[in-house]
Amino acid sequence: MATKSDLPQGTLDLLILKVVALGPVHGYAIAQRLEQVSRHVVQVPQGSLYPALHRLENRGLLAGDWKETETGREAKFYRLTGKGRAQLETEAASWQRLTEAVALILKLSEGGAE
Amino acid sequence: MNWWHRLLRRKKMEEQLEKEMRFHLDQHTAELMAQGIDPEKARRRARMALGGPERVKEECRDARGTRWLEDSWQDFRYAMRTLRQHPGFAVVAILTMAIGVGASTVMFTVVNGVLLRPLPYPEADKLVAVNGHTDNFNTKLFGKQNVAYPDFLDFQRESHSLTLAGILFNGGTASGAGEPEYVDFNEISSDVFSVLRVAPAEGRTFSAEDDKPGAAPVMILGYSFWQRHFGGKAGVLGSSLVLDGKSYTIVGIAPAGFRLYDSEPDICTPLGQDTAKYLRSRGPHPVHVLARLRSGRTLAEAQAELSLMGSRLAVQYKDTNRDRSFVVEPLRPEVGDLRSTLWLLLGAVGLVLLIACTNVASLLLARAVSRERELAMRVALGAGRGRLVRQCLTESAVLGLSGGVLGVGLAALGLQPFVAFWPGALPRAEEVQLDWRVLLFALTVSLVSGFLFGLAPALRAPAREFEQVLRAGGRSVVGSSRRLHSSFVVSEFALAMVLLVSAGMLGRTLLRLSSLDPGMNIQNVLVAHMALSPGVLADTGRIRAAWQDVLERARRVPGVESVAIVDTFPMREGFNAMGYWPTADVPPENKQPQALATSVSPEYLDVMGIPLRQGRLFNEQDRMGGELVVVIDEVLAQQAFGGEPAVGKRVWMPDMGYGPFVVAGVVGHVRHWGLAADDQAQVRAQFYYPFAQLPDKLLRRWSELMSIVVRTNVRPLSEVPSLKRELRGAAGDQVFYEVHTMEQLASDSLAHQRFLLLLFGVFAGLALVLACIGIYGVLAYLTGQRVPEIGIRIALGASPGGVMWMVLRQSLGMIFVGVALGTAGAWAAGRVLKQLVEGMQSMEISSFATMIPVLVFAALLASFLPARHASRVDPVIALRQE
Repeated sequence: MATKSDLPQGTLDLLILKVVALGPVHGYAIAQRLEQVSRHVVQVPQGSLYPALHRLENRGLLAGDWKETETGREAKFYRLTGKGRAQLETEAASWQRLTEAVALILKLSEGGAE
Repeated sequence: MNWWHRLLRRKKMEEQLEKEMRFHLDQHTAELMAQGIDPEKARRRARMALGGPERVKEECRDARGTRWLEDSWQDFRYAMRTLRQHPGFAVVAILTMAIGVGASTVMFTVVNGVLLRPLPYPEADKLVAVNGHTDNFNTKLFGKQNVAYPDFLDFQRESHSLTLAGILFNGGTASGAGEPEYVDFNEISSDVFSVLRVAPAEGRTFSAEDDKPGAAPVMILGYSFWQRHFGGKAGVLGSSLVLDGKSYTIVGIAPAGFRLYDSEPDICTPLGQDTAKYLRSRGPHPVHVLARLRSGRTLAEAQAELSLMGSRLAVQYKDTNRDRSFVVEPLRPEVGDLRSTLWLLLGAVGLVLLIACTNVASLLLARAVSRERELAMRVALGAGRGRLVRQCLTESAVLGLSGGVLGVGLAALGLQPFVAFWPGALPRAEEVQLDWRVLLFALTVSLVSGFLFGLAPALRAPAREFEQVLRAGGRSVVGSSRRLHSSFVVSEFALAMVLLVSAGMLGRTLLRLSSLDPGMNIQNVLVAHMALSPGVLADTGRIRAAWQDVLERARRVPGVESVAIVDTFPMREGFNAMGYWPTADVPPENKQPQALATSVSPEYLDVMGIPLRQGRLFNEQDRMGGELVVVIDEVLAQQAFGGEPAVGKRVWMPDMGYGPFVVAGVVGHVRHWGLAADDQAQVRAQFYYPFAQLPDKLLRRWSELMSIVVRTNVRPLSEVPSLKRELRGAAGDQVFYEVHTMEQLASDSLAHQRFLLLLFGVFAGLALVLACIGIYGVLAYLTGQRVPEIGIRIALGASPGGVMWMVLRQSLGMIFVGVALGTAGAWAAGRVLKQLVEGMQSMEISSFATMIPVLVFAALLASFLPARHASRVDPVIALRQE
C-alpha cells in the first residue's frame, strides 16, 4: 500500500459536502465513499468525520434525517441544504482556482529547469 | 434548530449521537466480518479505526457550540442537588440574602421612584423650568425665584426656542357644590396641558381665547376633586361652580394623577383672566414658568435666548428688572431635602446587605473547606481549575438568585407599608413602584452578591495541593482558612458597629430634641386656617369687623378658653421674613438682618403661652391711629440692642411699608422652625405686630392667609365640629380647614428624626443578629475542625474552663479588631449624619460607650455555645476519629 497523504487543512468539509451532494447518505457510507473515491490516496481519519458532520449540520450546511437503510436499520442520513449547495459551489470554485494556480507554478518551475 | 432547542432536546440528541456511533461501528464490523475476519477482531478494528467512540462523541458535542450552556445547566443541577442535601445551610443562606436584598430593594424602589424616575410626561427630558435670578436673593431661605407675569408674557410671545407655560398657585373658597370648602386652585396659562403633553380626562383644556382678561370664566376640575364632589359624573361639564364668589363654567377634567409641582390642583382657572394688580407689574414674581424645548433646540440655545431677552428687559424696565436675569434648567421633580436622606438610608441598607453577603460567604467558605476532599478528587480526575471555579460560582449564584427572588417578594410586600409609614407625605409617592429598573437592580445586587460571596471559596478550592489534601484524609489544615474566616467576622462586626452607633446617636439626639422647650405651652392648643367669606374679602371695609366676629363666635363655643388670629404659626410651613434695623439710616436690603414677622390679634401671645420677659403684651389699645408697636423675642432683643433694655426702643422695617415701631415688650423665643431645626435656622429672630395696625391696602392679602388659634380646656380635637359650625359665618361660606393641634405639630417636627432612628434601629438590629449568626457559625466550624486537637489537650490534662477560654479568646480577638475598625467607621458615619440630620450634635462618646458593650456581649453570647461544646469534647471519642 502506498503511503497515504494527510488531508490538506480545511478540505475535509469540502469533500464531505461534495459526497453528500450526490444524494442523502449516512456517516459510514461517507467514510467509505471518501476512501474509495480517493483511491486510498487520502487518509480520512474516521474520528474527525463525525465532528465535522455535526459542525456542518450546526452551520446549516447539512441537514440530518433518520431513515431506514436497505438492511432495515435506522441510520442518520445527511443531505445538502440550499445553503450547503451554495457553499459547495464557492468552495469548489476557489479550490479549482487554487489547484490550477499551484499546478501552473509547478509547471513553470519545470519549464525553468529545462 | 437553534441552541435553545438543542439544549431542551439534549437528551434526545445524546441518544441519537450514541445511535449514530453504534451504527457506524456495526456497519464497519459487519463489513470486516464479510471479509472473513472473526467477529471479535473485526469489532476491535472497527473501534480503532473510529478512534474511541467516547472521544468522538465529546468532539461532536463541542462541534455543536452549546457546550458552555450544557455545562452551566449541569452545574446548576449539581448546585440544586447539593443545596437540597444541606437544607439547613440553604435556608439560612437564602433567608439571609433575602433580608439583605429585600431591604435594599425597598430602599432602592423609593430612591428610584422619588429621585430617578423621569417626570411622568412624554419626552420629559425636553421640559425645562425658567427661574428668575438676582444676585443678592436668599435662595436657601426663600427657594427659587419665579417670574413676573408681564415678563412671562414677553417670553411667551418672543421665544423661538421654547414653548412656555405659566402657573400661579392660589387658594380660595369653592361653594355651590355642597358644603363650602377651601380649595387649592392653580391659575394656569392656556398652554400648560399642551406643554406637558397631557390630555384632559373629560372635556377640553383652555384655549388662547380663555386666557385673556374679560373672557368668560371657565375652569378645569382636578380629577380627585371631581371624584370627591361630583362622583366622577361626566354630566358636570357645562355646569357651574362658585369660586371666591365668582361663578365659573366647568369645561374639562384633568386626568387622574395630574400634578403640578407635586401637588394635585383641585381646580384650574385661566391665568390670563386674573386682573389682580400684582400680576400687571414686573415687580413681584409670582408665576412658576415651565417650558418645552422646541424640536431641534437645545438647553444652551434656550438659555442664550432668555439671557438676551432678560438683558433687554433690564434696560427697558430699569426699576424692576435692573439686576434681574433668567435661568433655564431641566425640569426636575420637587423633592426638597429628601435627596440626602434617601441616599443615607440606601447607604445604611447597603451595609446590611454587605453583612448579609459576608455572612453567606463565611458559611460557604466553611462548607468549601469541608468539601476539600471532594474537590481534590475532582481535580485528580482531570477537572480544570476554571471548571471548578465556575461550578462554585454557579452554586453561589443559585443561592444569590434564590435569595434575590425571595427578597423581591418581601420588598413587594413591604413597599406599601413603608411608603405609608414615611413621615409626612413622601413626594412622588405614586411613582414608587416596582418597575424594570428596580428588578434590574435586584437582579444585579443578587448576582453581584452571589459572585462576591462565592469568590473566596471558589478561588481557594483548587488552589490547594490536591495530593496533600487527599493524603491528609479528614484532617485538613485549618491555617489559611482561619485567617479568612476571622476577616469575615471582623468585617461583619465592624459594619454592625457602624449601624449600632449611628442608631445610638440618633436615639440620643431624638431624646434630647424631644425634651427641648418649644418656647410656648403646646398643650390644648388647636390651630387651623380660616378663610373669610369671599363676599367680605371683596369689601375691605368689612374685613376687620368680620375677624372680630370670628373671634367672638369662637369664644362662645363651650370648652374654648381663649382665641386669637395670626398669619403664620410655629412648626408649620410658612413664614414671613423681613429686614429690620435699629436706627433710621437703614442699609440696603441685602445688608439688613432678617427677622420673622408675625401679625397677631392682641390675645395671641397669651393664647400660645409665650412668656413675657420685659414690658407688656399687646392690648386692645394697639389699633389704627395708636402708636405703632411691636413685641420682640429675646433673640431679636439681643441681636438688635445687645444687652440694653429693649422696651421703648424703636425699630425700622422697610418691608412693612410703614413704621418705625416702638418695642412694647420682649417675650421668650419660640422654636418656629420645629424643635430640631430651629437652632440651625437661618432666621431665628422674631417679632410680633398687631393685625389691627395693618394698613387697609394689605388687609385683604393678609386676610387670605390668616389662621386661628384656640386654647381649650377640653381635648382640643373634640372642639372641631362645633367650631366649624359656629365659624361658618352669616353667609355660611366661611371655612375652617387644615386643623392641627400644636402638640401634633411639635411632634411632627421630629418625625424625620424619629423615622431615621426607627430605620437605623431596625438595620442595626438586623446587622447585630446577622453578625452573631456569623460569629457563631464560624466558631462552630473552627472548633469543629479542632476537635482532635482539643481531644489531645484534654487528654493531656487541660481543664474544660481552659478549653472554653481558648475558644472565647479566639472570638474576643476577632470582636476587638472588629470594634476597633467599627469605631473608625462609626466616627465617619457620625460626621455624615451630622450633616444630614437636623439637631444632631457632634460625636457623642456616650453612644460608643453604650453600644460597644452591647456588641461585645451579643458576640460573646454567640460564641458561648461553640466554646461550651469544645469544652465538653470527650478525648476518647475525639482521638478515635483519627
